[in-house]
Amino acid sequence: MLGIKEHCAILGADVTGRYGAGNANLFKDIEHLIRLVAVIAIALVAFVILRAAVVPHSFGQYGHYRGAAIGEIASRPVAFAGHDTCEACHTDVVDQKKLGKHVVIACEACHGALAKHVDDPGSVQPKKLDTAIVCARCHEANSAKPKNFPQVATADHSGGIACDTCHQPHRPKIETAKTETEGKK
Amino acid sequence: MEITRRRLLVLLPGAAVAWKFVLAGTPEAAPNYKLTEHWWAMLIDIPKCIGCGSCVRACAEENDVPEGYFRTWIERYHVADWKIERPEVESPDGGKNGFPPHADDGGKNFFVPKLCNQCADSPCTQVCPVGATFITPDGVVLVDKSYCLGCRYCIQACPYGCRFLSPKTHTAEKCTLCYHRITKGLTTACCEVCPTGARQLADLKNPKDPIHEFLRTHTVQVLKPHMATGSKVFYNGMDGSVR
Repeated sequence: MLGIKEHCAILGADVTGRYGAGNANLFKDIEHLIRLVAVIAIALVAFVILRAAVVPHSFGQYGHYRGAAIGEIASRPVAFAGHDTCEACHTDVVDQKKLGKHVVIACEACHGALAKHVDDPGSVQPKKLDTAIVCARCHEANSAKPKNFPQVATADHSGGIACDTCHQPHRPKIETAKTETEGKK
Repeated sequence: MEITRRRLLVLLPGAAVAWKFVLAGTPEAAPNYKLTEHWWAMLIDIPKCIGCGSCVRACAEENDVPEGYFRTWIERYHVADWKIERPEVESPDGGKNGFPPHADDGGKNFFVPKLCNQCADSPCTQVCPVGATFITPDGVVLVDKSYCLGCRYCIQACPYGCRFLSPKTHTAEKCTLCYHRITKGLTTACCEVCPTGARQLADLKNPKDPIHEFLRTHTVQVLKPHMATGSKVFYNGMDGSVR
């Protein structure tokens, strides 16, 4: 067992418990503390530098995510040009469509994505459509379709022949002899 | 100029700052588009849907969606008489090639297009551990491909089953509401090709958008409202059997 004097000697305190000479002894081993603080400071600086290097510049710009990702996603090229673009050149088709119910349907709904054709109309040409397939996608009879939507069982209606044999797809209703001849395109 | 040790030490911090700006890249692609001026949503008019699958095909083409995966799909519901809690739901190949004729054996048949609901309080963004999925200031939930770990938490969290892990990139993928189109003033690919107008893109922050008049005058519902996800895909004429 150690006595009070030995204890005080180990702790660097004054036996009397007064401040003074014992206080100096308290910082006798301060170099341990300095080393500890130095290690923590170096770790902190390393963390700050590493964090600045690793976390993207725009992280936190709008929220807890990389703000630059919005611009990256927005800058993808489009595949469908949009009907406004088509209509700028193909005014004859626009005039045809205005006369029938298909006026509301966008060009690329049937003709497919054609932004590449817009970029280079000469070399990229839209494919010729098989109306027996394209028309049936919408107009094949199905009990789940709205009742007022025009539908036919193609096997009975046409026997599988191409729809544009009788109908003009841009203006599908078969009308009087006059409009039928001029509508053919 | 001779590069001395002293000059190099002076030049290095300058070069570091310049490199940081190079790494930051160019800002947004659409300079006239303001993030804070929009709040995107979609309206789906179920009585108008004919199940043609145009939206599914257009989405796949526009967004390079892998074969067998869907960012949008169509379901055909069959509700036999009073069995509203037991609907028969099918979606062959996501409705991409339309639906085979269904025997009309009474009951109710209708189509329901589905897509990401662009939730304002989305569960998927809440669970992402790295901030790879987020809601933009204009209300679209997106995935940052370069940040996604592929942990699949978001796929489990989505109550609508709208996410999948891309077999190409091994990152989470979902409907972006054609963010690359709507920021350029175009509509989404699915809305562009929808022949009956069953799908309509809407901007809730635009007071002139017809959505406001529509919401006032129609019986409109969102999917799973009890989950309080703040869904922004509004369904008109939706039957109670739809899940």
